[in-house]
Formats: sequence, C-alpha cells, structure tokens
Amino acid sequence: MQNKYFQPEAETMPLEEIKKIQNEKLVKQVKNVYDNVKYYRDLMDKKGVKPEDIKGTEDLHKLPFLKKDDLREAYPYGLLATDLKNCVRIQSTSGTTGKRVVAFYTQNDIDMWEECTARALVAAGATEDDVVQVCYGYGLFTGGAGVHGGSHKVGCLTLPMSSGNTDRQIQFMMDLESTILCCTPSYAAYIGEHLKESGYKPEDNKLKAGIFGAEPWTEEMRRDIEKALGIKAYDIYGLTEISGPGVAFECEEQKGMHINEDHFIAEIIDPDTGEVLPEGSKGELVFTSLDKEAFPLLRYRTRDICVLSREKCSCGRTFIRMTKPMGRSDDMMIIRGVNVFPSQIETVLLNNGYAPNYQIILDRVNNSDTFDINVEMSPEDFSDTPKTITMKEKKLQDAMKAMLGINPKVHLLAPKSIPRSEGKAVRLIDNRRRYGITI
Amino acid sequence: MAVKQISIFVENKEGKLVTITDSIAKAGVDIRAMSVADTQDFGIFRLIVTEPEKALEALQSSGCFVSITKVVGVSIPDEPGSLAKIVKILARNNINIEYMYAFITVSKKFASVVLRVADNEVAEKILVENGVKLLEEKDIVEM
Repeated sequence: MQNKYFQPEAETMPLEEIKKIQNEKLVKQVKNVYDNVKYYRDLMDKKGVKPEDIKGTEDLHKLPFLKKDDLREAYPYGLLATDLKNCVRIQSTSGTTGKRVVAFYTQNDIDMWEECTARALVAAGATEDDVVQVCYGYGLFTGGAGVHGGSHKVGCLTLPMSSGNTDRQIQFMMDLESTILCCTPSYAAYIGEHLKESGYKPEDNKLKAGIFGAEPWTEEMRRDIEKALGIKAYDIYGLTEISGPGVAFECEEQKGMHINEDHFIAEIIDPDTGEVLPEGSKGELVFTSLDKEAFPLLRYRTRDICVLSREKCSCGRTFIRMTKPMGRSDDMMIIRGVNVFPSQIETVLLNNGYAPNYQIILDRVNNSDTFDINVEMSPEDFSDTPKTITMKEKKLQDAMKAMLGINPKVHLLAPKSIPRSEGKAVRLIDNRRRYGITI
Repeated sequence: MAVKQISIFVENKEGKLVTITDSIAKAGVDIRAMSVADTQDFGIFRLIVTEPEKALEALQSSGCFVSITKVVGVSIPDEPGSLAKIVKILARNNINIEYMYAFITVSKKFASVVLRVADNEVAEKILVENGVKLLEEKDIVEM
C-alpha cells in the first residue's frame, strides 16, 4: 500500500503544534549552542543576548546571524557542539576562497537528515516496491549520501550509481527497471537526450518520478524533463551547512517546497539590513537547525533569495513552502550543480602567477551549463608557438578543476582584451539568464 | 646571423587580421613571408618583414600582442631536392624542426626557408658546415 507521507504525524501537524515544537526546541538548542560553541557564544555576548532572552521563535530575531565567512573562520572545529567521539561523518562543500566548509554529523543527525530525504521520496510516490537510481555525486557532496540514506529508510531498492557514465546509467535503468531517478536537473535532461539518441521512447523506461536539485532549473526545463523521461519531476532543496538535500521538498502540487519545520526554522530577511520580513516577502532565506547535535547552526544566512508561503497545500502537509531560489545575495554561482565563487577563481589565478584579469562566461547548451574562463596573459606568456599557450591553458585548467571541483574551459587571451566598463572589467557574463536561470 | 620573426597573437575574431595588416602597411614595412599556426581559439601569425623593429612598434601601438623570435633563415636553389637536402642534414644531426615555412623570390632562382629550432646557433653551424647559405637581415631587405 502506498503511504502519502513518510512521517504523517510530523508532516501534517497543525500550525499551533509546529509553533509549539519550534519554541521548545529553539530554547533548548540556543542554550546548547551557548554552552558548547564558543564561537557562537562570543557572537551572542557581543550582541548582548543571553540564552534566557530566547523564550520562543518570537525572540529568534535577537540572535546574531552566521555567515559563510564564519564557517570559514571557525574551520574546522569551531562550530562543533559535541565531542568528536560522538560524530560519525563529515560532509563538505566549497568555501568562498577555496577553504572548504566541513559539517559534522552524529548518528542522530544522519538519521534526521535521511528522514527528511525519505519524506521527499515518499512525496514523489516512493514505496518499498520502488527502485531508486541515485546519480548525484557520492563522497563529500551531500547529494548522493542524503538521498541514498532516505531511500534506505523508505525501503526502496537503492542503486548507488553516483554521477557520470551515462551508458551504464541507462543500462541499469533499463535492466533493473528503475522507477525513481535522483540527480541534478541538467543531468536528468542529459539522460533524456541520451535515451532518445539510443532509440528509446519515453514509455520504454519504468521511471515514474524524478527528484532533482542542487542547481537552479526552470519550469520549462521541468516540462522538458517530464516529457523526455515520461515522469513527474520534483524539486528538492538543501544545503550542507544545515544538513543536505531534503531541508525542503516538493509535493505532488509542484508549487514550492515544504520546509521540514519540525527540524528547521526558516526566516526571510532583508539581505542589506538583516531585518526580518513578513511572510510573502522576497528576501534572503535564513535557517536555524533545531535538532542538529554536532553542527547546529543558528540563523545561518543561505544567501538564497526566495519567498515563503503559509498558504494551505492540497497535499495535506502543513509545513511552510519556499519558492525555488530566485537569485543570490552574494556573488556565488551554481555551475553544473557545484557552488563556485569568483574569489576562488582569483585565488587560483594568483597562485599560478596570473594577474586577476579574467572573465567568466556561463551558458546553457542542451540543458547543461557551459563554463568558460577567459584570462589575460602577460607579455612573457607569449612566444611564437600555440603549444606553449595551450600547455599553459591546460595547466591553469587543471588548477581550476582542483580548486572548484568542476572543469572549466580556460582561454588565454591577449592583454587588455577583456572588455572593461568604466575601467572595471566585467567579471561575469551569464548567458544562462536567457533561459531563466538566475543563479 | 639569425633572422627576426614577428609573432602576433590573433584571437579568432572578425577584423583582427585587418588591424594587423593595416598597421604594417601604414608603417611602410614590406612583408616577405608569413605563416599561420592556428588552434580552435586563437592563431599565431608569423611574419618575416623588411624592418622588424618598425613593424613591432606599429603593431604594439595598434594594440596587438606581439613578440619577436629569432629563427634560422636559409637560401636554397629553387630546384627539386633542395629542401629535402637541408631537412636531411638537420635530421642526421638530431635537430628537431618545430615549424618551418618557405617562400620564393621571383627575380632570383632561390627559395628561402624559415626554420624554427631549439638552438639557432647549433643549427646554423651545422648548416654552414654542410654548405648551406644562411639568410641575413640585409638579404631580407634586398630581396
């Protein structure tokens, strides 16, 4: 029998109940963090806030924010709230200047995270009869591990494919009759094209649903993927700092993602003033982890711009919904599902003896991101053979790949050839905006 | 002895060759030979000209990315087998040719070959020992 919810008592609890749980958990969590995380205690002391000042969610605004820079500064153990011996896992994501962000998990943290992704899977129709093909990357990236664990919790047969090797993905999809596909939307689109090229029609596969996240995508792309694979496509949202994918997930309504409010409090703030904005306002999403033991972040600024809505959902879930992120309040780009900061690119250039005269050009070809970096050479970089230049390009490309985790195409250009507007070089040309991609 | 070659970095964009050839023309410099090495993104335009310094200055002031490389120039009889002969000499002495191009002057019965090798002096010494006539800057002007 198909269950509509993975944890119905949580997912459909009345609003008053959500508020009550959030109030209780918040008071406890703030005290826990104040007692165990010196870094945050210092921030609270600096702001003159004591744990006793926080009596419930209405006092949340009194707490200081945490930013990505704080995570970098506190790297690696500065925000840990428990003994390392209680931790069982780390996951990691890229930081702003190359230093990675490391998040720690206790077994309870892992269970909570996997229950969140299990909710997302069940919302997409998963039962123990399903075959879930996970082609998010495995490893430090949270995509693979998070959905994988959720799939186990639901009792689905889980195919830990990881990303890449599309021929093998298709072989397993066909031979083992996968019913739910989990990957980035651009990879889903790519698999769709590959299936078509291999002579398969959408009805030839057994897929019924797909859970796609980790990068921005549009409604148009959703329709394309649904048509190409013959499925219903669901969005999922999350971030390593808070747990991973599954912080919020889409239901059959496909109108925004329900935030797992029994574990996380979401706020929308004005990114400039930090002021909390009323429901329905567009602003920066801020999360507070209520249940995390190892790495409990309070008021973490995601830099994602979106809108929250408490409007009743026909699926029966009572959790607040967030729109897809509509933009960023910093200069982070999401390229092929990977977070990239211009400062990382600058770091690589300086480390390799180049002046930071560069331009990033992003575009979309066949629903997949193209990533080019133009870099100005200095006169001594140029002689009379293409070989010396292409070798330098290759070396720089390898250094970029090592820092960013994805492979850009590096082009060395003549000095002063990158257009400057009012003396300042334009660092980013994002042609993906033409296709509605805004991050 | 070696001859100066001008190398120009050319992005694969419209109008780039116009800028280059125009500025050389305006400087009143004569092009004796040229070759182009190209990749997907850019090309390198190599020139042997009558007045390399003058051309260099003109190109730089019109915003071109230019460098000067010394290359070996040889003068060979314009007849079958003479290119084979110098290539054999170099091969026998383990000298690799990175690239080469040749041009013929109409008035004289000689062809000129431009050779890019790792060590000009070694290559020149070997060529001279084998009776090959080398080109000098003045030969380029007088062609």
